[in-house]
Amino acid sequence: MARNVTTQRKIINTTAAWVIGLLIFFPILWTILTSFKTEATAIADPPVFLFFDWTLENYQVVNERSNYGRFLWNSIFIAGGSTILGLIVAIPAAWSMAFVPSRRTKDILLWMLSTKMLPAVGVLYPIYLIFIKFGLLDSVLGLTIVLMLINLPIIVWMLYTYFREIPGEILEAARMDGASLKSELLYVLTPMAVPGIASTLLLNFILAWNEAFWTLNLTAAKAAPLTAFIASYSSPEGLFYAKLSAASTMAIAPILILGWFSQKQLVRGLTFGAVK
Amino acid sequence: MATQHSRSAARLMMAPAVVLLLGWMLVPLVMTLWFSFRNYLPLRGGDLGWAGFDNYVRFINSSSFWPSVSTTLIIVGGVLAITIVFGVLLALLLDQPMWGQGIVRILVIAPFFVMPTVSALVWKNMFMDPVNGLFAHLWKFFGAAPVEWLSQASLTSIIIIVSWQWLPFATLILLTAVQSLDGEQLEASEMDGAKPLQRFGFIILPHLSRAITIVVLIQTIFLLSIFAEIFVTTGGSFGTRTLTYLIFQRVLESQNIGLGSAGGIYAVILANIIAIFLMRIVGKNLDA
Repeated sequence: MARNVTTQRKIINTTAAWVIGLLIFFPILWTILTSFKTEATAIADPPVFLFFDWTLENYQVVNERSNYGRFLWNSIFIAGGSTILGLIVAIPAAWSMAFVPSRRTKDILLWMLSTKMLPAVGVLYPIYLIFIKFGLLDSVLGLTIVLMLINLPIIVWMLYTYFREIPGEILEAARMDGASLKSELLYVLTPMAVPGIASTLLLNFILAWNEAFWTLNLTAAKAAPLTAFIASYSSPEGLFYAKLSAASTMAIAPILILGWFSQKQLVRGLTFGAVK
Repeated sequence: MATQHSRSAARLMMAPAVVLLLGWMLVPLVMTLWFSFRNYLPLRGGDLGWAGFDNYVRFINSSSFWPSVSTTLIIVGGVLAITIVFGVLLALLLDQPMWGQGIVRILVIAPFFVMPTVSALVWKNMFMDPVNGLFAHLWKFFGAAPVEWLSQASLTSIIIIVSWQWLPFATLILLTAVQSLDGEQLEASEMDGAKPLQRFGFIILPHLSRAITIVVLIQTIFLLSIFAEIFVTTGGSFGTRTLTYLIFQRVLESQNIGLGSAGGIYAVILANIIAIFLMRIVGKNLDA
């Protein structure tokens, strides 16, 4: 009988959770569905859900007409480049803070975090000026550097929380066995650190891909990534639902897939290890 | 001696990250501080000399300042209330045994991965458009007149869009916290005759309080500077001009750098006040 009650409760839980889950997911589902409609079907009254003539036309049009490939490439380059640059700078820093902590380590970590809290709009004009001065305005390189800097605190923090979980005794044991610093890094530390580095890479790629303050303010036509490309659809003449949906679907699909792999790391990365 | 050696090596390894962040923080901030005391109008003669505290006084006394503060507070408060309340409920629900838990989790988290410009445009056009939006169809279906969401209920609309983006974040963190709850404690209280509401109020909620605080602080910092959602929906009109957006307009649209910089300094101070509280919690956790 007890089992009966749990099954009944399980059915209620399942129904409630699925209804709410689908409701929350619906805007994304609706965008994906609309991307396969013709413009006429997209604004049909009453709206059509599943039973329409599916077409790939919108994807073709978006690809041809708007140089979609270039925006996509910009996004990949900026998000990937800023993440990799950030890792190169952050790995040594996080490594030394985790394994050779000093009295000031905590203060340095907290200070790094505090730079992340600086409101971007407060330094918009200086960055703008610096960019003009160095010819970085509307350049992929400039945006890569800025996104690297704004995500650097998160990268250092995530790596630090992962590295700290590697037991120091293992390193000591390796040292006792006569391992040099190089082989210690290469054969002991690296294999243990790779999962943490991979999750950090994943989360920061996502954050950089979706960043929408600097990408909108520092780019025009040349270096615009997908965030800015989509924003150009907000002008009235660009109001084509099906094409907007196709462009949106292409912009969010890679990240949705990556994001599903990074659920767990998300909590760690965004709460700076404060919630586990 | 080896320690001495590794200490200096450690310092060297930390140097690039520290130097880069120090530069990133100090250089623009000092420039903003400098501009905030100048009469700086690039389109009307450039730098016209010292302004003293004029920009600070003018920024606060301008007719758009207080509305922008209240708009900011309404948006931040509204989004926080919605995401925390529904986040706690959703986290508790998702913690229950059910079929397809993994898939539901994915569905709930998905909006977090949608870039802000996409979610703002999709909501603006495909849901809130007074002619072709799904809401308009729904309203008509029930015999009501369609609402012009982004002009008649602009703040509500922005709050809906931003809440949709941030609910997954709150849910995910609160779910992580719920899962660390001691099941035996709940069972014991149940045996002692505690009602569900009592269990929620006296065991679950206190257990979640730390996670809730963290969600509130982190979201506040990000919500204070939401930009794209307003940029592509209303462009700051219909009473949706937040403090961030007001500064953006002063700096880039009216090109009054001095005034905008003074506003920027206010925003920095405001963010710092909240950041101090967050730092305390994170710092405490670091010692543990």
